[in-house]
Amino acid sequence: MNTPARPHIMTEHLTVHYGRQRVLQDISLAIPDRQITAIIGPSGCGKTTLLKSFNRLIELQENVRVSGKVLVDGENIFDPQIDVTRLRKKMGLLLQRPQVLPMSIFDNVAYGRRIHGCKNRRLLGEIVEKYLTMAGLWDEVRDRLHGPASQLSIGQQQRLCLARALAVEPEIILCDEPTSALDPASTQHIEQIFMELKKDYTIVIVTHILRQARRLADHVLFLYLGELVEHGPAHRIFDTPQQARTRDYILGIIS
Amino acid sequence: MDLRKIEESVFKFLMLTSVVCVVGSLLFILGTVFIKGWHALSLDMLVKTPQGGYYLGKEGGILNAITGSIVLGIGATLFALVLSLPLAVYLNLYLRKNSRRAFIMRFFLDVLWGIPSIVYGAFGFTVMIFFKLQASLLAAIITVGLLILPIMARSMDEVLKTIPFELTEASFAMGATRLETAMQVVLKQVLGGLVTAVLISFGRGIGDAASVLFTASFTDSLPYSLFKPVATLPLAIFFQLGTPFPEVQERGYAAALVLAILILAVSIAGRLISGKFTRHVLR
Ligand SMILES: Nc1ncnc2c1ncn2[C@@H]1O[C@H](COP(=O)(O)OP(=O)(O)OP(=O)(O)O)[C@@H](O)[C@H]1O
Ligand SMILES: [Mg+2]
Repeated sequence: MNTPARPHIMTEHLTVHYGRQRVLQDISLAIPDRQITAIIGPSGCGKTTLLKSFNRLIELQENVRVSGKVLVDGENIFDPQIDVTRLRKKMGLLLQRPQVLPMSIFDNVAYGRRIHGCKNRRLLGEIVEKYLTMAGLWDEVRDRLHGPASQLSIGQQQRLCLARALAVEPEIILCDEPTSALDPASTQHIEQIFMELKKDYTIVIVTHILRQARRLADHVLFLYLGELVEHGPAHRIFDTPQQARTRDYILGIIS
Repeated sequence: MDLRKIEESVFKFLMLTSVVCVVGSLLFILGTVFIKGWHALSLDMLVKTPQGGYYLGKEGGILNAITGSIVLGIGATLFALVLSLPLAVYLNLYLRKNSRRAFIMRFFLDVLWGIPSIVYGAFGFTVMIFFKLQASLLAAIITVGLLILPIMARSMDEVLKTIPFELTEASFAMGATRLETAMQVVLKQVLGGLVTAVLISFGRGIGDAASVLFTASFTDSLPYSLFKPVATLPLAIFFQLGTPFPEVQERGYAAALVLAILILAVSIAGRLISGKFTRHVLR
């Protein structure tokens, strides 16, 4: 049982360099549990970098240097003792362009559970149905579960990626502009699913669409040139921003 | 006509010329072998070993060399595969893109690729003498295996380089290890390309004469022991073409035809098999 005072994700003085370029500077924040947190800011300000720091995917980049702490459930994830596969299992990730795996729809959803040790076919079948339903895809694919995932439409692929992420039973869902490759109908579909999911999951969503942030977010982080300029409840950031840069960004003066 | 149209037609001409050259020389080689060899091709040749006086134009066949080459080709390919696949996976999934170690390993493989096969043969022979071993199937498997190792490893490496970063990232993001990502995601995506890499190497290995000249030696009997000499098709071709008798030379061309058909059959079979596993590949 977590103490309610300690959120799943916190950072302390997180700084990230690519080579000599500093892209995140002294970020300290807490992501509130079971809410949707939106990370907003102009292109290139470090949103993706911040998101990928939460599950250490940032380490796959070339020449990256990280200092400071990211605390997930109280543990510093950059501690060498940390089991990175267990850390990543806690977080589902949804990227800008859906990346399905080269296998059937069924196997895409079952993949995460299989690698984490689930072999029971009947159980896997139930899991696949449950999470495809949750991602709003079950009815569309129930008849072709064993067909290739790459033949789905992009919107369906993104929901498949969501189901795949959920199937690992994470507590947190990280999304990097999850709707930017989708049409308006699929976007709305995904947004509805997020509104459902936030009852049980902590959701962090990077978006450059301010209207989307307004629609979804309970909490907002505004990044500008690698700095955390302002963060707080969504209505406060949008209605009464404290910083001039936040106000300018929201009014569309800087981008 | 404006310049861009001229450019376009010049390039079209160049491309067509090279297509004609490539296809033409292939057909020319196959045609020569076929015309010169098909008279001598007979069932006896495929199912009999050389009897007394075979190389003077008498009774017998080249079953010894056919079976020898198949056994040697499969052995060397497996040997190279066991070393190449882990190496290629290591280069692409465990090392970073601009890693020094990967750069050095690729450089060495490229140099090895360029070494002529007679040097591999001589190297194998030197090692055999050092260990006081005679020419044998095993020595040939190891020598030919080393000969095709750089070809297989670098071809697989190039195939694995085409894996999009996002695909491995998606697998890692679910908490998969590197090995799980390699075996369960990456290999599924590139299986067709890996099979091609294996087939190219097999074709190169089974057709090479210089590397087996000293290491495999030659024999009239079928391969029956890893530690005894073994006959191979390239050497059977070499010996028969080297005789002064036209009917034996004709048999040399027939043996070349058999080798070409063998490689073709293996390639086609490989494509058919790997085609069965490409249903889920992302394009
Ligand atoms: N692998 C990398 N190597 C070097 N520099 C990088 C790398 N990835 C990102 N950067 C740089 O780091 C900065 C932050 O990048 P990041 O992708 O985090 O921005 P972002 O806020 O997500 O932008 P966008 O809204 O365009 O996706 C950018 O200036 C970018 O050029
Ligand atoms: Mg980004």
